Amino acid sequence: MRSPHRFALAGLTALALLGAGCSSGSSGSSSSKWNTATSAASGGGMAALVKAAKSEGTLNVIALPPTWANYGNIIKQFTKTYGIKVVSANPDGSSQDEVNAVKSEHGTSKAPDVMDVGMAVALVSTNLFAPYEVSAWSSIPAAQKDPKGLWTQDYGGYMSIGYNSAKLGTITSVSQLLGSKFKNAVALNGNPTEANAALSGVMMANLAQGGTADSLAKGVAFFHQLKQKGNFSPVQATPATIKAGTTPVVINWDYLNTASVVGQGANWKVFVPSNAILGGYYAQAINKTAPHPAAARLWEEFLYSQTATGGQNLWLAGGARPVEMTAMTSNGSIDKTAAAALPPVAGTPVFLSATQATDAATYLAANWAKAVK
Amino acid sequence: MVAVNVLGEGALVDPSARPPGMQLGRRKRLNLFRWVTFTIFGLFFLLPLIAMIRFSLEGKKPGTFSLTAWAQIGSTPDLVSAIEITLELAVITCAVMLVLLVPTMIWIRLRVQRISQIFEFLCLLPLTIPAIVLVVGLQPIYNQIEHYNVSALQLFWVYVILALPYAYRSLSAGLIAIDATTLSEAARSLGANWATVILRVIVPNMWQAIMNALLLTAALVLGEFTIAEILNDITLQVALFNISRATANAGVLFSTSTAALLFAFVLLLILSYAGRRRRRA
Amino acid sequence: MPFLAYVGVFLLLPTGIVIWDAVKNPAGQFDLASLKLLFNPEVRTFFTGSIELSALSSVVGAVFGAILAYAVASGNPDGVVRRLYLSGSGVLAQFGGVTLAFAFNAAIGPSTGFLFHAGWYYDFPGGIALIYIYFQIPLMVLVFLPAIDGLKIQWREATENLGGSTWHYWRYVGFPLLAPAFIGATLLLFANALSAYATIQAWENQIAYTAPQQIYIAINSEVGLASNEGDIIAVGMMVLVAIIMVGYFRLQRRAARWLR
Repeated sequence: MRSPHRFALAGLTALALLGAGCSSGSSGSSSSKWNTATSAASGGGMAALVKAAKSEGTLNVIALPPTWANYGNIIKQFTKTYGIKVVSANPDGSSQDEVNAVKSEHGTSKAPDVMDVGMAVALVSTNLFAPYEVSAWSSIPAAQKDPKGLWTQDYGGYMSIGYNSAKLGTITSVSQLLGSKFKNAVALNGNPTEANAALSGVMMANLAQGGTADSLAKGVAFFHQLKQKGNFSPVQATPATIKAGTTPVVINWDYLNTASVVGQGANWKVFVPSNAILGGYYAQAINKTAPHPAAARLWEEFLYSQTATGGQNLWLAGGARPVEMTAMTSNGSIDKTAAAALPPVAGTPVFLSATQATDAATYLAANWAKAVK
Repeated sequence: MVAVNVLGEGALVDPSARPPGMQLGRRKRLNLFRWVTFTIFGLFFLLPLIAMIRFSLEGKKPGTFSLTAWAQIGSTPDLVSAIEITLELAVITCAVMLVLLVPTMIWIRLRVQRISQIFEFLCLLPLTIPAIVLVVGLQPIYNQIEHYNVSALQLFWVYVILALPYAYRSLSAGLIAIDATTLSEAARSLGANWATVILRVIVPNMWQAIMNALLLTAALVLGEFTIAEILNDITLQVALFNISRATANAGVLFSTSTAALLFAFVLLLILSYAGRRRRRA
Repeated sequence: MPFLAYVGVFLLLPTGIVIWDAVKNPAGQFDLASLKLLFNPEVRTFFTGSIELSALSSVVGAVFGAILAYAVASGNPDGVVRRLYLSGSGVLAQFGGVTLAFAFNAAIGPSTGFLFHAGWYYDFPGGIALIYIYFQIPLMVLVFLPAIDGLKIQWREATENLGGSTWHYWRYVGFPLLAPAFIGATLLLFANALSAYATIQAWENQIAYTAPQQIYIAINSEVGLASNEGDIIAVGMMVLVAIIMVGYFRLQRRAARWLR
């Protein structure tokens, strides 16, 4: 009968194909002692860490767009300094994508080693993180790190409005955006029910319109008004749309709104509304079952290093405020030119607590679609 | 329009001079209709493609021409590896489809017609489950696969499933057209064993249907985005999407898309000519 | 049979997982209460959006596709034009997705439009409906052409011999015969549009109008929302598509009887 031959053939083909896709062989993380090291010192010192990381040879990162806070250069610098290849997956992904990938790729050599996530996601995903304290631990303010070292804030910024001043003059307040010259002009960075940056944008408008961090109602109402007047643009703001003039006003984190990031020149201005300073920091975390535990920890050391080419100053060069900024300004290791280039902020910034963020998200889920459709 | 009375007489044109099955006047009207239709639809389909080509030739200043975007296809490393992976995926998926479906379908048609209904149902089932739904449930399964091999090439497992309905319909139409049963009976009565029947009698006769099925499969793999993106694999479509979000200079998007489209179109065109030659031979 | 096992693992199992996740409550037990989410006003708008877009693009696509199919079918069976349009349809039907959206963004997008700037491009259904129609028409041609090919010349001649005109032919012979195939094909187009995800993602409009978009948001949202909303919407979609496809298969059988 023909059948057994066919089955065998199919089976063989399948097996061959399984093996064919140039696998890097072993699955999951090795039984390296770096898997459980909670600091460089406890694992045997920085030199040992560098050696172990180099022998691992690869680092898996996820959701790091090259133009986001200078990540492109950060990755290049890391590879240049240590010779470790960085595999960057899903650059356009969200914080939730990172956590999803850690869960769905658990135990494989493809799983992300490290994560850079928004606080809302970080706080609910701590069961996936490994505790680790970088060498610069003491330079990080207590409020910006988890006491057990499960997550550590890394850089942040304030919600800002970036705009084409040649076309639209000077903008100084959020309410101005309701004016008639802003037809189809105002865009967010994403969908607020999905993206942290967009949710924070709505919250900023909320604060500017007199609302509080506990209720997002005024913010959503503002966008509803914007839509009624025809000023709201549903288009995803990207450097391409800014260049093309589709989205001449973009509400986004200040480090994503710098002229160089959006690919514009001196005509592109950025400001943080004086009555609505909404700050947000992201946080680093190490995957508890990282396939490359030593490389992961070395990456963290690199990111928090205060040297001129270390992560902190590189983030600053990208327009973001590094978490060790206060400490580095006192000890002089800060890049002064870059620091001076940050948009001026006068006043006390508001940071959303976990409850406030969740309430905002729930409110949006029920009301955003209705407001802007 | 030629008047025809109830008794069927009255053709004003000599019947033997009539184009087969149709009166001359009607033929003319039909041709007019056809040319108008083709022109309108042709324009509709061509215009976005023309826009794409125009953008792929855009130089630094709007309005100038330059081949940079085309050169960038080769010089963007992420794109090159994504193209490689996608092409390899297409080949693997086609190969698996060939080995899996062709013998099975021939076998069922010739020997076990009873299960052909169930088989058809299974093959057409993927049409009813949207990719976005499927991928949600696929994640844990792919997690297991990735314990062995993390390459994006593993996508072929699910791509074969996605292409099943299209390949099935093509092969099925081919099998019916060549009346496989009669052919195989003839071959068997001449003493051929089953392997010969399948390999040397049936397959050569349904070559066009097989090629068509493989081409539809390849087109599907080249265009698939949803599953690859959500499973974090970088294929051509995913790479293009990422580039569109990241960079302001989108020229390379258009050049790659145009190239892919031309590639597929030329292949299909060649296939349709190759089929004709076979039939006449 | 290994074939069954293969399909089982990669098609039936994921579907089962999605369904199971949807009817599970946080404690991990079978609980249909979560499905009530499908009747939430917000979730309903996603389905409405999906259905609106799919209905519009499938009906328009079907009508125009049928006209084009007839034009192709009534020509030389071996001619260049037929080949061109068939190959083109084969390619264009799969062209949908990311690259097609880019092409349209380039052609009529509000700012970069090569042809003209369509102010309605980012409205809904607006531009996305046009993009959907672009790949629905070729699909219609591919699916419907065999039916038109099946209209036998003899039937036309018979009508004429009995004194009928073109109008009579279509009214009493052509349309009734083609109706099941036409409706069936429209249903297929409808299901195709319902499932489409890549195209509308690349359309660059951030507002989620359709169910597939909401599924994506539900599984990828970083602002922390309902856990299995994605699965629930997926189940809703599956039911909808299943109903459509049953209708399609039924009509296919009816059409095949006459036109084979």
